[in-house]
Amino acid sequence: MAETLDLSVFVERRDSGASHMTLAVDGIGCAGCIRKIEGGLAKLPGIIDARVNFTQRRLAVDWRPDAIDAAAIIEALERIGYRAHPFAPERVEADDKLQAKWLLKCLAVAGFAAMNVMLLSISVWAGNVSDMTQETRDLFHWLSALIALPAAAYAGQPFFQSAARALRTRQLNMDVPISVGVSLALGLSLYETATHAVHAYFDSAIMLLFFLLVGRYLDLAMRRKTRLLAGNLASLKAEFAHRLEANGELVQVPAAALRPGDRVLVRPGERIPADGTVINGNSEVDESLVTGETLYRAIRAGLPIYAGSVNVSGALTVRVTAAGSGTLVDEVERLLEKAIAAKSRTVRLAEQVARFYAPVVHATAALTAVGWLIAGASIHESIVIAVAVLIITCPCAIALAIPAVQVVAAGSLFRGGIILNGGDAVERLAQVDTVIFDKTGTLTLPEPRVDAADIDKEMLEKAARLALSSRHPLAAALARAASERSPYPGAIEEPGQGVRAQIDGIEARLGSAAFCGMTELSPPAPPSAGDASFISFAHAGKTATFAIRQTLRPDAAAVTNALAGRGLSLMVLSGDRPQAVAPIADELGIADWRAGLTPGEKIGVIERLKAQGRHVLMVGDGLNDAPALAAADVSLSPVSAAHLAQAHADALFLGEHLEPVLRAVVVSRRARVLMKQNLALAAAYNALAVPLAIAGLVTPLIAAVAMSGSSLLVTLNALRARLAS
Amino acid sequence: MNVLIYLVPMALLLGLTGLVAFLWSLKSGQYDDLDGAAVRILPDDDVES
Repeated sequence: MAETLDLSVFVERRDSGASHMTLAVDGIGCAGCIRKIEGGLAKLPGIIDARVNFTQRRLAVDWRPDAIDAAAIIEALERIGYRAHPFAPERVEADDKLQAKWLLKCLAVAGFAAMNVMLLSISVWAGNVSDMTQETRDLFHWLSALIALPAAAYAGQPFFQSAARALRTRQLNMDVPISVGVSLALGLSLYETATHAVHAYFDSAIMLLFFLLVGRYLDLAMRRKTRLLAGNLASLKAEFAHRLEANGELVQVPAAALRPGDRVLVRPGERIPADGTVINGNSEVDESLVTGETLYRAIRAGLPIYAGSVNVSGALTVRVTAAGSGTLVDEVERLLEKAIAAKSRTVRLAEQVARFYAPVVHATAALTAVGWLIAGASIHESIVIAVAVLIITCPCAIALAIPAVQVVAAGSLFRGGIILNGGDAVERLAQVDTVIFDKTGTLTLPEPRVDAADIDKEMLEKAARLALSSRHPLAAALARAASERSPYPGAIEEPGQGVRAQIDGIEARLGSAAFCGMTELSPPAPPSAGDASFISFAHAGKTATFAIRQTLRPDAAAVTNALAGRGLSLMVLSGDRPQAVAPIADELGIADWRAGLTPGEKIGVIERLKAQGRHVLMVGDGLNDAPALAAADVSLSPVSAAHLAQAHADALFLGEHLEPVLRAVVVSRRARVLMKQNLALAAAYNALAVPLAIAGLVTPLIAAVAMSGSSLLVTLNALRARLAS
Repeated sequence: MNVLIYLVPMALLLGLTGLVAFLWSLKSGQYDDLDGAAVRILPDDDVES
């Protein structure tokens, strides 16, 4: 192609004059791939460094801009056999990375301190029952203080900061009791050390921080990983646009680089890269990803057109308008805002616990102190016992109970092709009792397929192979049926009519009925012909007409049956016509379906259901589904979904099967059971340990054993979520 | 118990060395691609395949 490819938006300039770019690469699966990519690029002139990150499936390249350019690098990768797309990291990702590094540093410091303080503590515990002198014990306590105080000041920051934030908004979270407990334990221990006491709790305080940081880090690492891979998928899906420059030149740019006012050329078979207005050309567009409508819409100059639609027949010139300025997009945006604002933030399990936990713990500690005072103990004694209560109730196990399960469940979902956007989606998925499906692209495959039921196999194969030479969407659908992937040589495409080629020396034609010399359209006329488009094929005196239609995902019926079998009520809400929705709902045995809905009506249905106390899972992919996805309690999108829909879904699923929807529900339900078990375990631990603490029987040794024991128990229990898959 | 005078600082110093080593490895990006490190060891770069 003579057209130039402009990737400058993705290229970073280094101070040394080198250019740098990060690419998401598809299909890196083994050590050989790393070697092939790095070795292959190293052979190119001007490449300074190419390094694959196998975990993130990304490639970082540095090169000298005078020797080679970004487009040539991508082309080289393509030759080696890898599809790559430049990647502009999002802000969240950079924040996550910083946060993860910071947590890891805190974790390292807490780990170092915990080990060394424990070393000293065990000596003291052993010395207390043998012959340790008071001077040695004091020395060891002072040494512990020397390590624990600065370490806690550093490693406790994540908790102190979060507690301060919560208090500033007059709320309580788990970090409030943690911060109070740790600070009091350290303060008291310091006082005890200064007064030559037998017990100090430096080890408990620092170990608590260490365990909690482990949970916190795992949680973040899980979210970071899924977000990274979701980012890769999005960038690999990103499309290129042909931008018309002022001087009439055509430049290929990534769709993300388009600005309002740019003019782009969209050829037949290509996706519209951005919202805009048609300024030139006549065509039809397939808006199934936008509105769910499977019939093509005729388009001409002056009409608005939406990103994600597919141009079917004629070339169009489109003037890009600011995102979200089309009438439909306007409505969707307005509804989205409303839906997000109205989304009753479901209270998370952890928040529910935190809300009553902190007051209960602090009240217990205060009552203990008062109780001992009344019973005649000294002020000092009462305070020591009260602090012991605070330490023993510090929600180590409770703080691990939920994140540990979330991490394991998210990992298990991830292996099943489901990418979560947030950890708490698992909790909300578990409570779902109603599942609402969109039809087009969700229950059905995102691309139409040829209906091959009663068609001569040989004709189909020939037609499909010929279709490989055409860019028309119907031909593209037909081409998917071809087992031989090489097109016929010398095929000629006649714009707007069809494609022809010589097969075995005889001319074959594929396209409109007229183009194929058929006088009248004679489709096989199945009962649901209303939703099909037809393409004709003629070769050696024989003709055939293929019906191309949306087909159900291969396991749609099995999955909907399984969901119904688990007591979920199912519903189909579609923007498509009733004639197109009815047969599909019928085939899946879903009695409750509505067709021809606007985005606003979809939200209306969901809100009525929510008002009845139902928990709604929305599964949808279209731009028109985005508000419904945001309004539902929890939502899933196939990876083929429109950008806006993906952005508002709680999770994405990969592949052409519907099974991930079932898996998401099953794994989440099991995870929720485990979360509750974990909370019960943590509560049982408290029920055992708190009376001991109130009775004043807890020594630092008992606190250390109880704390690590309960944390381990909860973590091990969480690992059982893995078995579910 | 005089042995503590040099044993305790030594223990602490060893611990600190470990901590510094970890922070250094974190800073130099050794944890950025854990899966990659596991597979990169497999190919024999000096053997032509």
